[in-house]
Amino acid sequence: MAAVVTIEELHKIYDSGDVPVHAVRGVSLDIHRGEFVALMGASGSGKSTLMNMLGCLDRPTRGRYLLDGTDVSQLDKNELADIRNQKLGFVFQGFNLLSRTTALENVELPCLYGVRRMSSKKMRERAMYCLEIVGLANRADHMPNQLSGGQQQRVAIARALVNEPQVLLADEPTGNLDSKTSIEVMGVFQKLNEQGITIVMVTHELDVARYCKRNLILRDGVVVRDELIKDRSIADTELGKLRDAETAAKLLAAGSPAR
Amino acid sequence: MRFLITLRMALRALRRNTMRSILTALGIIIGVFAVITLVSLGNGAKTQVQAAIASLGDNLVLVFPGNQGQGGGVRSGFGGATTLLPTDAEAIVSSFQRAASGADNSVAAISPYVSARGQVLANGLNWGTQIYGVSPDFPVIRSWRVANGVFFEDPDVSGATKVAVVGKTIIDNLFPDLDPANVVGQSIRIFGQGVAGGTPFKIVGVMASKGFIGNQDQDDVIYIPYTSHMKRISRRTFLSQIYVQAKDEDSVVKVKADVTDLLTQRHNGNVDFTVQDQADITAARTASTTAMIYLLGAIAGVSLLVGGIGIMNIMLVSVTERTREIGIRLALGAHGSDVLTQFLIEAIVLSSLGGLMGVALGIGGSIALGGYMNMPVEPSVPAMIGAVGFSAAVGVFFGYYPARKAAQLDPIEALRYE
Repeated sequence: MAAVVTIEELHKIYDSGDVPVHAVRGVSLDIHRGEFVALMGASGSGKSTLMNMLGCLDRPTRGRYLLDGTDVSQLDKNELADIRNQKLGFVFQGFNLLSRTTALENVELPCLYGVRRMSSKKMRERAMYCLEIVGLANRADHMPNQLSGGQQQRVAIARALVNEPQVLLADEPTGNLDSKTSIEVMGVFQKLNEQGITIVMVTHELDVARYCKRNLILRDGVVVRDELIKDRSIADTELGKLRDAETAAKLLAAGSPAR
Repeated sequence: MRFLITLRMALRALRRNTMRSILTALGIIIGVFAVITLVSLGNGAKTQVQAAIASLGDNLVLVFPGNQGQGGGVRSGFGGATTLLPTDAEAIVSSFQRAASGADNSVAAISPYVSARGQVLANGLNWGTQIYGVSPDFPVIRSWRVANGVFFEDPDVSGATKVAVVGKTIIDNLFPDLDPANVVGQSIRIFGQGVAGGTPFKIVGVMASKGFIGNQDQDDVIYIPYTSHMKRISRRTFLSQIYVQAKDEDSVVKVKADVTDLLTQRHNGNVDFTVQDQADITAARTASTTAMIYLLGAIAGVSLLVGGIGIMNIMLVSVTERTREIGIRLALGAHGSDVLTQFLIEAIVLSSLGGLMGVALGIGGSIALGGYMNMPVEPSVPAMIGAVGFSAAVGVFFGYYPARKAAQLDPIEALRYE
C-alpha cells in the first residue's frame, strides 16, 4: 500500500527563548493507508511537536513532509489551512467543540471552510451521516454541555470525519475520559480503521496504545522504538469483559446481607 | 457563499449574547437617537419659520426702523428704533405711483404697519389680542380674503376713522352667539395707550379664517387704519414696518434698491433703517437654528465616536474570550481572512443595528417630544441614511483592530489558551 504520510529527517527547533530548543531531531517514517498508529513518549519527548507538524498546524524547521503525495513543509498559512480542512481530521483531548452550538452544527463546521462549495442541505446530510457513524444521530440537536464527555468526543470524531480526510489525527483523545468511555471511544476508532481510515493518535497510556496496530515511541525528539502490536486489544471484547466484571460485582453486592 | 455563512455565524454569535450586544450598541443607539431627534426638531422649526415668513405674502420687501447691519437679526418687535415715519411710507407710495405713470410698475402694493397689544371689550366679554394698523393694500399683500363685510378704504386712512376688520378668533371670543355676517356693524371698544375707557370701533369686515402656523393663531388679529392706530391706540408717531410688495419675483431686487435709495435720500444719507426681502429674513431667522443643528450634531458625532470605542472594547474582550473558538476554527481550515470577516461583520452588525434602532427611537422620540412641546417635527431621510451609514463606518473602523488581532492568532497557541 502507498504511504499516505512520508516524513524525512524532520527537525523542529524553537528559538523563542534564550536557548534554542531542538524538540524534534530528525524523524523519518512512513505511515501507510489503513494504519492505526499510536505516538507515545514522555512529556518533552517531542510527540506533541511532531503531531502539530503532522497536523499541518506547524511547519518543520528542516526536512520534508509529504502528505498524500504533496510536499506540505513549505506551504503558506492559507494553503496549510486548506490542507487541514481537506486532508486531515482532528480530534483533541479537550474535545474543542464550539459551546452553545448544536452537535450537528459543530460537525458541519469544517464544511463551512471547505474549498469546494457545498449546499447547506448537502452539508446537513453529510454531518448527519457522520453523526450516525459515531452513533449520535439522535443527539444532533444537543448542545455540548448537554452531552457526556464520551459523547462530546464522538461528536468531535464525527466533525473530524465530515470532509472525508486522508488521515485522522487524535491528540490524547482519551485523556479526559474515564476508562470505560475511553474503551468506547477506542472502539469507534477501531471501527473507523476497519473501514479503511488511517489514524494517528498521541497517547501516553499503554493500555490505550494497545488498541492500535503500530506503536511509535519517541524520546528526546527521536523515534526509539517502532513496533507492530501483535495481540491488540479489541474494544468490543474489552467492553464485554468490563460488563461481566460489573455484573459479577453487582451479583456479589446483591448476595451480601442488606445490613 | 462563504460570506453569507460568515454573516450567519456572526449573527448567531451576537444572538448568543443578546444583552451584551444591546449594551454594546447602546452608545451608537443614543448617538443616532440624538442626531435624528435634533435634526427632526430643527427641520420642523426651520420649516415653521419659513412658512410663517412665506405667509406674510409673496415677493415682499420689508422696511424696518433702525440699522440692523449686514445680515444681522431682525428686530420685529416694537419700542425699538423710532426712525420710520408715516411720511416715509407716503413718499414710497407717491414715488412708485410716479414711476408707474411711466413704464415702471415694479411695485404692486404698499402698506405701513404698526402693531400693539391691546384689550378689546364687546358684548360684555373681553379679549386680549394684537391690534395692527395697516393700509387697505394689506389684504392684497397677504392675499387674504374678507369673508363678511369689507376691508376699510383710503378715506378711512386719511380720516383716521374708527373702523376695524377682525379675525375669526375675535368674534369667537367676543360674539360667540352671533353669525359672522351679523358681527359686521357691531361695536367693539379697544383699550390702547392713555385713553381711559377705550375707544369704540365699528366692525366693517370679518377676515376669512386662516388657521394656525405651528402654535400661532393667525386669526387672532384686529386690523384698523394705521392712522387710527397711531392716533388713538398706540399714540405714537413712528411705524413698526413698511410692507412693499414687488409685482413679481424678478422685481424684488430692484424694489429693494429703489426703496433703500429713496429712504437714504429722505433721511439725509443716514441709513437708520433696514430693507430686507423674505430670503434675508428667512436666512436671519433660521441662521441660529442651523448653527444649533450643527453644534448639537457635532456633540452627537462625539457620542457616536464614544459608542464606537465601546464596540471596540467589547470586541477586544470577545476576541480574548473566544480565543479557543478562533483556534478551533483555524485548526479546522478557516483562513485568517474568514476569522477577520467574522469579527468585522459582528462589529458592523452591532453598530448598524444600533444605528437602525437609534433611527427608530429618534423618529418616535422626536414625534413624542414635538407633541409634548407643541413643536413641529420633520424627520429627515438624508439624516437617517447618514446616521446609519456613519454607524456602519464606525463599526468598520473600530471593529478592524480586534478582528485583525483575532485573525493573526496562531492556531496552536489559541487551542492551548485556557
